[in-house]
Amino acid sequence: MAIEIVFLFEQILNGLLMGVYYLLIALGLSIIFSLGGVVNLAHGAMFAIGAYLMVQITELTGYGFAFICAPLLVGVIGMVIERLFLRHFYKADPVLSLLFTFGLAMIIEQALRMIYGASPLQFNIPDFARGQLILGDFMYPYYRLGMLAVASVALFLTWLLLNKTPFGKVVKAGVSDPDMVRALGISLAPVLTAVCGIGIGLAGLAGVLLAPISGVHPAMGQEILTAAFVVVVIGGLGSFWGVVAAALLVGVIRGLTTYFYPAASEASLYILMLAILLLRPRGLMGERMDRLE
Amino acid sequence: MIDKKKLPDQAKRRLVVGTVATVAASMYAPAFVRANSHTIKIGHLTPRTGFLGPMGEYAMMGATLAMEEVNASGGALGRPFEILFEDSVNPKTASSKAQRMVERDNVDFLVGEISSSSGLAISQVATRAQKMFLQTGCNSDELRGKNCSRYMFHLEANNSMYVNTIGREMLRQNMVKGKRWMAFTADYAFGHDLFEKTKRFMDANGAIFVSNDLVPTDATEFSSLILKIRQQKPDLVMSNLAGNSTTNFMKQYKEFNLPIPLAGADLNAVSIWGAGEGSFQGVWPIIWTHQVNAPSAKVFTESFTKRWGRPPDNQAVGDYLAIKILARAMQETKTIDTQKLIAYLESGVKFDVLRQREGYFRPWDHQLLFEMYTVQPVTGKPKNKWDVMQTSAPVPGPNESLEVLAPTAEQNACTFS
Repeated sequence: MAIEIVFLFEQILNGLLMGVYYLLIALGLSIIFSLGGVVNLAHGAMFAIGAYLMVQITELTGYGFAFICAPLLVGVIGMVIERLFLRHFYKADPVLSLLFTFGLAMIIEQALRMIYGASPLQFNIPDFARGQLILGDFMYPYYRLGMLAVASVALFLTWLLLNKTPFGKVVKAGVSDPDMVRALGISLAPVLTAVCGIGIGLAGLAGVLLAPISGVHPAMGQEILTAAFVVVVIGGLGSFWGVVAAALLVGVIRGLTTYFYPAASEASLYILMLAILLLRPRGLMGERMDRLE
Repeated sequence: MIDKKKLPDQAKRRLVVGTVATVAASMYAPAFVRANSHTIKIGHLTPRTGFLGPMGEYAMMGATLAMEEVNASGGALGRPFEILFEDSVNPKTASSKAQRMVERDNVDFLVGEISSSSGLAISQVATRAQKMFLQTGCNSDELRGKNCSRYMFHLEANNSMYVNTIGREMLRQNMVKGKRWMAFTADYAFGHDLFEKTKRFMDANGAIFVSNDLVPTDATEFSSLILKIRQQKPDLVMSNLAGNSTTNFMKQYKEFNLPIPLAGADLNAVSIWGAGEGSFQGVWPIIWTHQVNAPSAKVFTESFTKRWGRPPDNQAVGDYLAIKILARAMQETKTIDTQKLIAYLESGVKFDVLRQREGYFRPWDHQLLFEMYTVQPVTGKPKNKWDVMQTSAPVPGPNESLEVLAPTAEQNACTFS
């Protein structure tokens, strides 16, 4: 019986880890949409770019530098995309930004396919991070525990930035009433650029963390994007903690479904979403946004 | 010149939608070269995106190389080959694209496919249109059995051939008798069929079945399943996964480093290369690798590597051979008449199939028989990133019939209507 509980604990921990990894992607999606009204369908492609940059830079400079550099580069790419393209869609019908980012995602995926081919690239966990933590009957790989730590720090820093700094106050005000922020003489343009950089950089970080344990191939972004959207919808727009709760919930539910009935592991996300939307149409902690009602 | 400022919102939206749709359509449009009546047109369908996409890319490279070689030597019957490539994303798309190729583009032959479900859909179109379909990557035994068609020829091994190939090696390594085994199976036609054949073999040879979990084809995360393996403590884990799933599973299995042997009944070189030196493990069957020790295999590997900058995988071989076999059949029969070509392929004529022994089609189910191999990680440091595996001697051995791996007519009856 004790052993069974240990195995269940392993599964729940594993689900939480998957949740944190969904969160890295979903949080960026949520804040970009909340602030700019842009449904960024290219977010998964940015996750893929993070993984490809990780592989490429590791080959040139080694793992450590690539680990720092790749997510930052993805963040910079995000800011450039925001400045060049996304800013034109903030006041437009959300359908337009959706179409634009859909096209952008396809261009990025095809570009990766043309440059690197459709096959997954070879990339594995660095030797120093291999091995497993074993405590009695409990066992878990060091790399995943490291992922959990890195992702948690990144998310905590994002939370600090959004909740405990003047920058975060402007972001929050911008989410609830952008016109009033502008009326007070505060320009939202640099804030939006920074938010896109952070959100997309987090997706890049997820790609960097996943590259050694998942296939690095052009369509990897598509695979993760749907789950990230489900997390955003379940969590509710405009709520940091809503997205956090949703991501962890999705991770655990998906993990446990995979364990008990793997054939339904993909369907479990949508069943969960359906159930939550029936009970709370704005998601777990969604806030009312007049411009979206 | 359109003045966008003067357009009403709806028109602007239409403009954007139209532009995006045009860009999207052009990105996914087939590599399409208008044919003239002189050329021999081949419709090539295979998944280029999705979890089988990496193999589809090699399929296309193999077919292209074969076409270039055929055309460089004057074509078949003095007519050049021309291939229309299409991405067959799923069975429905495969069926509609095959229909379009047959009706609108007037292709003479259909070649390709990897997914057994899509292969069945294309075969139905080919049978109705009475066009030959040389399928190059579908494994399901049912395509050669209850769903067989006299218009469909199989250049891919069937699941029984895979299971019997790996089964012999597993018996040799004492991995079967009395061993408790767990299976993970891709949740579509190929996986279900492969699991059934695997289980039949394991049951017949005294293995003890623990469980089989069906895994969605788009699954990327296997940690929950690997923790389950750890809990169940089987003696053997058998993978019936496909495409990118196999790569991900191997990487994550290595990450958890369970001391339980891994084997599988189907593998592509793309999955081995994707997993790489650090993660490729276990023992697997494969129809061909670039390490095959045969003169024609070496020439092909050299030409392919020169053309595409990387060695060929097993999938490239199937599509390469399909085009080459078509060319030879036309040359020998001096016709492109479908019925005469079918009779020629059914005649037991032997082909160089880039292995030590020649191969031939069985007349009653149209399965191409050829030598198979098993692969496992190379001992020591690989000399490059492509040689992370070592390829066995051919299976069956030189003194055995090629028939021994494939199911008999009683085991997998096929009736051509």
